[in-house]
Amino acid sequence: MTAKKSEKSLYEKRASGRKVDEIRKMNAKVGIVPSADGSAMFETGNTRAIAVVRGPRELHPQHMRNSETGILRVNYGMMPFSVWDRIRPGPSRRSQEISKVAEWALASCIDLKQFPNAVVDVFIQIPQADAGTRVAGINAAAMALADAGIPMKEMVSAIACGKIDKTLVVDVDKDEEDFKDGEGSTDIPMVWTSRTKKIALLQLDGKISPDELKSVLEIGKNACEKIYAVQVESLKKSLEEKNE
Amino acid sequence: MVKDEEKNETSFSRTQRQLVVPGETIISGEDYLPGDGAYRDGDEIVAGRFGLSEVSDKFVKVIAISGTYQARRGNSIIGTIVGVTFNGWLIDFGGSENAFLSVNEVPRYINKGELREHFDFGDVVVCKVWDVKGRGIDVSVKMRGFGKVEGGMIVKINPNKVPRVIGKEGSMVNLIKDATNCEINVGQNGWIWVSGGEIDNEIKTKKIIEFIAENATTNGLTEKVEDFINNLEKKK
Repeated sequence: MTAKKSEKSLYEKRASGRKVDEIRKMNAKVGIVPSADGSAMFETGNTRAIAVVRGPRELHPQHMRNSETGILRVNYGMMPFSVWDRIRPGPSRRSQEISKVAEWALASCIDLKQFPNAVVDVFIQIPQADAGTRVAGINAAAMALADAGIPMKEMVSAIACGKIDKTLVVDVDKDEEDFKDGEGSTDIPMVWTSRTKKIALLQLDGKISPDELKSVLEIGKNACEKIYAVQVESLKKSLEEKNE
Repeated sequence: MVKDEEKNETSFSRTQRQLVVPGETIISGEDYLPGDGAYRDGDEIVAGRFGLSEVSDKFVKVIAISGTYQARRGNSIIGTIVGVTFNGWLIDFGGSENAFLSVNEVPRYINKGELREHFDFGDVVVCKVWDVKGRGIDVSVKMRGFGKVEGGMIVKINPNKVPRVIGKEGSMVNLIKDATNCEINVGQNGWIWVSGGEIDNEIKTKKIIEFIAENATTNGLTEKVEDFINNLEKKK
């Protein structure tokens, strides 16, 4: 799993004290925005994402309408106070890219054929960021979509793995992402589908060898199974809470 | 709390109901048929949405517990006029598209260009879905009891909770009607029109309906609603 023993990695122990395959403490809650059609919160460590689903509803502008199927529209944004120095609100190059890749990842598991000309809007907001915001957002969005009763073939779970110098780690935090020594850090966010175990999204920022990428995918897949369990648990809990 | 959960689990298994998430296997076997909200994947019947799975005989379906309203033929729905075209009206009822009410589906003859005199923007209309095929949802107000409603107020609840508000053969609606002297018209889309002369009665009805919607998944709801109504009267 880790790099070859002969080349010693500069990052053998994680600063957070976690094991290399340990995810930060997760927490999830469904139904946090009662007026929405579906909503969820997902948290790993200090990264927190909330997702709100509105729709299916009429799509404006009309030229975006598709008479064959409904469309998915994802809007990702970080709140101004989510990091230490203020983030300028509004769309940025980064947030538009993340909105788009999250849209593609989520579109692979949902089926909107029943809703021609309609749109399902997903709003992802990050109130608190410590790396891995896009994957936390996708995790929250998958739960919110399920909560909204959107027809889905399966769930998706997301995790950001990384290579810090030569050590492969799971769920990278901000300190690790900024690691500059040796080979530096490589950030690999990935999305796995829950049932067919396919990759819905894979991004890579940094340098990594093909062999290492294969093992990173494997540890990411295992981590996603743990995340999936958290998603399922909080979805099922959301109904039991109403039953009390 | 734990006891409550156990109780619910047993009630689910008695009716063969189970909470499922999308992609979860409901049952495996070649002879089962996937119905609404379920699909077949090889040997297994899989949930295609979040909800309660129900296996009755060989038929497997997932009952929605959340989400927006999906129009079905024969449903009576309540909506507001949001558009007037040259041959009909567009009605917003909180679904994925607007419904269309044609001039031909109104019980009296209306001259072209006088549509707004009959139904105008913002009017609340009770109508029946008669076609969901093809292009859009078509509704009609030709039958008795359908058409424009005036006065009163609209209470909006989640459409999946409408069956609880109606009750068995309308028992719950009648219970509320008796308690508040209000006229109640429940649309399948979760919009409920309430009218009772006095505003106090309408607010009381609204409170009761919201109480039902909040407690829609509990057992013995009728008694709880009766208690709730008694408490409301005591407070006065």
